[in-house]
Amino acid sequence: MNSVQLKRKILNKVLDFLAAFSVVIALAPLISILYTVVMEGLPAINLAFLTQLPGPVGEEGGGFGNAIQGSFIVVGIASLIGLPIGILSGVYLAEYGNNRFGRMVSFTADVLTGVPSIITGIFAYILIVMRFGGFSALAGGVALATMMIPVIVRTTEESMRLVPDEIREASLALGIPPWKTSLRIVLSTAQFGIITGALLTIARVSGETAPLLFTAFSNRFYFDGVMNPVATLPVMIYTYALSPFEDWHTQAWGGALVLVSAILVLSIGVRFAAGRKYSGGM
Amino acid sequence: MQEAKETSVKISVEGLNAWFNTNQVLKDISMDIAEKRITAIIGPSGCGKSTFVRCLNRMHEVVPKARVTGRVLLDGEDIYSADVDPVDIRRRVGMVFQKPNPFPTMSVYDNVAAGLRLMGVRDRARLDRVVKKSLEMSALWDEVKGELNKSGASLSGGQQQRLCIARALAVEPEVILMDEPCSALDPIATAKIEDLIAELKKDYTVIIVTHNMQQAARVSDYTAFFFLGELIEYEATRELFESPADKRTEDYITGRFG
Repeated sequence: MNSVQLKRKILNKVLDFLAAFSVVIALAPLISILYTVVMEGLPAINLAFLTQLPGPVGEEGGGFGNAIQGSFIVVGIASLIGLPIGILSGVYLAEYGNNRFGRMVSFTADVLTGVPSIITGIFAYILIVMRFGGFSALAGGVALATMMIPVIVRTTEESMRLVPDEIREASLALGIPPWKTSLRIVLSTAQFGIITGALLTIARVSGETAPLLFTAFSNRFYFDGVMNPVATLPVMIYTYALSPFEDWHTQAWGGALVLVSAILVLSIGVRFAAGRKYSGGM
Repeated sequence: MQEAKETSVKISVEGLNAWFNTNQVLKDISMDIAEKRITAIIGPSGCGKSTFVRCLNRMHEVVPKARVTGRVLLDGEDIYSADVDPVDIRRRVGMVFQKPNPFPTMSVYDNVAAGLRLMGVRDRARLDRVVKKSLEMSALWDEVKGELNKSGASLSGGQQQRLCIARALAVEPEVILMDEPCSALDPIATAKIEDLIAELKKDYTVIIVTHNMQQAARVSDYTAFFFLGELIEYEATRELFESPADKRTEDYITGRFG
């Protein structure tokens, strides 16, 4: 082995090692978080915790049932508002947006993606809370939807643009009108990319606290209509973690475990959706 | 090869010009296309043959900044007249593309049924019937009948192209345009498609673009030779190949250029 070969081999080994080391550094906090959440949260988890209302201050027991229910409702409202608007805007941008207006909307969506979530909260506060005179599940849903829309718009647009023009031509040549070609053929071809983007976005906003603090606020009771405040997991975790009571801290960990598990389930759903990208039925 | 017989005219092209932006790719084309016959369009790359067939079902204008002038009469009616919806023309004049392009997320069945479904046909029995008939006509039925739910994209290239032919047939067009349908296929798949084209003549008017002169000679009744956007010569296939009238046609078919 001559010196050039040796040098190359050594360099190769060094870079291999650096890459592997970086992976460990990157994964360590993640694994540590998961480990801590599971270890601290597991003792709090039982049927009562998942289903019951929070107990009065100073009393043992009670649960996060209302926050779990509330999170589903607020994220559900956000999805009902955000998904149709986001997906249809994305379809428009991909199919008809090749002009100044389209590029402006794309750019705006990119900027909106970077807006801090607390600003989104203020937006929903002004739009809904101030107008209707109180915190509400609707305001929380609007705040989260505002966060979702730019991301959904961009993932839909990108997924639709990845569909080759041959597919559009095949559809048009069958005598399928352009709007149906966009909505039924191109959208269905891009569906797995869009589903992946939607699930990841839903997972992301499920964990948002800041925009909910002054929109959905919180509630010690179960959901009571979209115009009333509602408890959500992130806000409950925030409140309980800041409290001076030891058993509330344990319950906050329990809430964190529930939230992380839900997000994990969504992410696994994403893997599943992405895995069957080009092999599914209609 | 049979001799050309008198038949009625299905499509009559009159003074057709086509542009991409400012680049004129078709110059004053006029020709009549016979009903239930196979017409081949040959010529070197870039001579406008693909553009020509795309003008016959108004697919040329799908490309941004593409423009057409002149008249194309389908059964005597101008498909470019202002009150004609291109969607209706494309239903009557189907198309098969150079590269097989099945809808990748759909099954074999859904690919063939797509056209009818999106026109609002819900009747399952009718869809079943049309899917079977179209796949039989495109000589694919025996190969896929057990796995209609399989993804269309999982078929071989030749099967995909026959799937695309079945998809075009399912909406019951009158004319079928084929834009170099075999150029991405191996000789065995090509032979299958050529047999199929000969069968299609019974019910359809077929126009096939090909850069393969043997293919034009094998399958077509009439052949048109395009060169630099102009129609140079248009004759019964045997005549064009055996005694070309124009020097350029002769040079091309004897392999002196292109």
